[in-house]
Amino acid sequence: MNDSILLDPTAEQAAAQRARLARPASLEGKVVGLLDISKPRGNVFLDRIEEQLAAMGVGVKRYSKPTFTRVAPTELKQKMAAEVDLLVEGLAD
Amino acid sequence: MNTALPDGLLVVAKADCPTCRLIEPLLAQMAEASPLTVYVQDSADYGAALPASIYDQTLERSYRLGIEFVPTLIRVENGEEVERTYGWHKEDWRQLSGVATLGEELPVMRPGCGSKTLEPGISEELELAFGEIKLSSREIDMGTAEDPMEACFERGWSDGLPVVPPTPVRVLRMLKGCERKPDEVLGLMPPDLVPVTVEKVAINAVLAGCKPEYMPVLLAALEASLTDEFGLHGLICTTMFGSPMIIVNGPAAKAIGMNSGVNALGQGNRANATIGRALQLIIRNVGGGRPGEIDRATLGNPGKVGFCFAEAEGSDWLPLAQERGIAAGRSAVTIFPGEGVQGIVDQKSRDPESLARSFALSLRTVDHAKLAMAGDAVLVVSPEHARVFIDAGWTKQRLREELEKLLLAPGAELVAGAGGIAEGIPARFKDQQVPKFRPGGLLIVRAGGTAGLFSAIIAGWAASGPVGSSPVTREVNT
Repeated sequence: MNDSILLDPTAEQAAAQRARLARPASLEGKVVGLLDISKPRGNVFLDRIEEQLAAMGVGVKRYSKPTFTRVAPTELKQKMAAEVDLLVEGLAD
Repeated sequence: MNTALPDGLLVVAKADCPTCRLIEPLLAQMAEASPLTVYVQDSADYGAALPASIYDQTLERSYRLGIEFVPTLIRVENGEEVERTYGWHKEDWRQLSGVATLGEELPVMRPGCGSKTLEPGISEELELAFGEIKLSSREIDMGTAEDPMEACFERGWSDGLPVVPPTPVRVLRMLKGCERKPDEVLGLMPPDLVPVTVEKVAINAVLAGCKPEYMPVLLAALEASLTDEFGLHGLICTTMFGSPMIIVNGPAAKAIGMNSGVNALGQGNRANATIGRALQLIIRNVGGGRPGEIDRATLGNPGKVGFCFAEAEGSDWLPLAQERGIAAGRSAVTIFPGEGVQGIVDQKSRDPESLARSFALSLRTVDHAKLAMAGDAVLVVSPEHARVFIDAGWTKQRLREELEKLLLAPGAELVAGAGGIAEGIPARFKDQQVPKFRPGGLLIVRAGGTAGLFSAIIAGWAASGPVGSSPVTREVNT
């Protein structure tokens, strides 16, 4: 049996490909999370972002993954989802 | 593919069929007498020396010929089949091939084997690829690394429990549980009011874990819930507790193995669990009735995962469906805007008068002890309680009439503010005797295990009747 094709059980009113979450029109009143994935010098990039956001009066919270080689622990994902409106993460070195 | 049949003789064979191997040496002789084409279902080697031996790898040729057994011998004239035989029958083969001495050394008869086209799994794939059935739902292509179970959750198709991934083959099998065409529109599915087809019902039945044989009951339940009287739209959207609950009567309930006995309102029976669930998934997926969106239930109830059971028939009491106009011996569903289950524990009443008073007192709490003519209710009477009435010669109708009398209450006790409770009925009722339920608002069914002097109340939506929802009964058809 070919399990790679599933038939849509819905009224097909939503796009087959899920859209990304809408970007906020403004950062006013929002809290931005900065996630360091623990790759070298990620902190340099995120420090600079934090400076710029702080200068704009935007609240910032910092997080880091234990290691870039693994997906973020569930607890960390839940914590970030509960505490911030947006998240920026620095990928690669 | 050009599916015109080649004139002459046509043999369909399978290399791993001993009878096909038995007749293999005859093919060259047959080819001398008439043009011969051989379709082989499982190998490129069988009859390889013949000029027209074709490996029917996709099985399309075999499928289109409707082959059930191998070997099958067909005579074709002017592109049309005129005669066929299957297995090895010497006389038939001689007559069809026109070779009078064919298979002199072979036994008179040898049965063949089943065609590869009919093997489980394969037959559905072939029907989907080459058959007349056309499924029109959008195909969602899973990534190779995607777990289909997780993908169903991710796409929001689940009620929170795992669902069975709706592959085309599973959906096709589900559709075979009824005689309806996949594109038949059953109505407009609230709350989004989109057409719901038999195919969408089948897909959601797959998700829910139904067997194909449950389809007729599910379709009847859906059709009942789409009637104007049932008022599904408002029921989906309400902040109150109710949701469609299905009561099944008649031989269909037994045929599909529904539970009307021990733990009838509980878990553990596939038909009970998945038919109710499928209806809820149709509401969610086709109708768009999702909690927190259009479904605004303050608390909801556990039956919103699915609530479906059968009545325990076979007593002197008239089954619910027959009370509601369905002929004896026919199957039907009754759909009711049910809340949760409230137990009635009465282990002491041994006469119908005492037990009826006990039921009436408990029924007062539907919605609120000070509300009246708001929500309907289903009274589920267990066999041990039902026996108290039946032995005393009380029919269901008698019990209902007695309960109606017992449930009349002085309006002065129920009006808003009475008893120091702000909730209550309007002040204009203060000088009247007020019935608890609107006429026809109390349904009685018999269900449950044979031990236990317990019955149950399933309250309905407080907006019962023409303003909101009335119970609806529909016959189950194929």
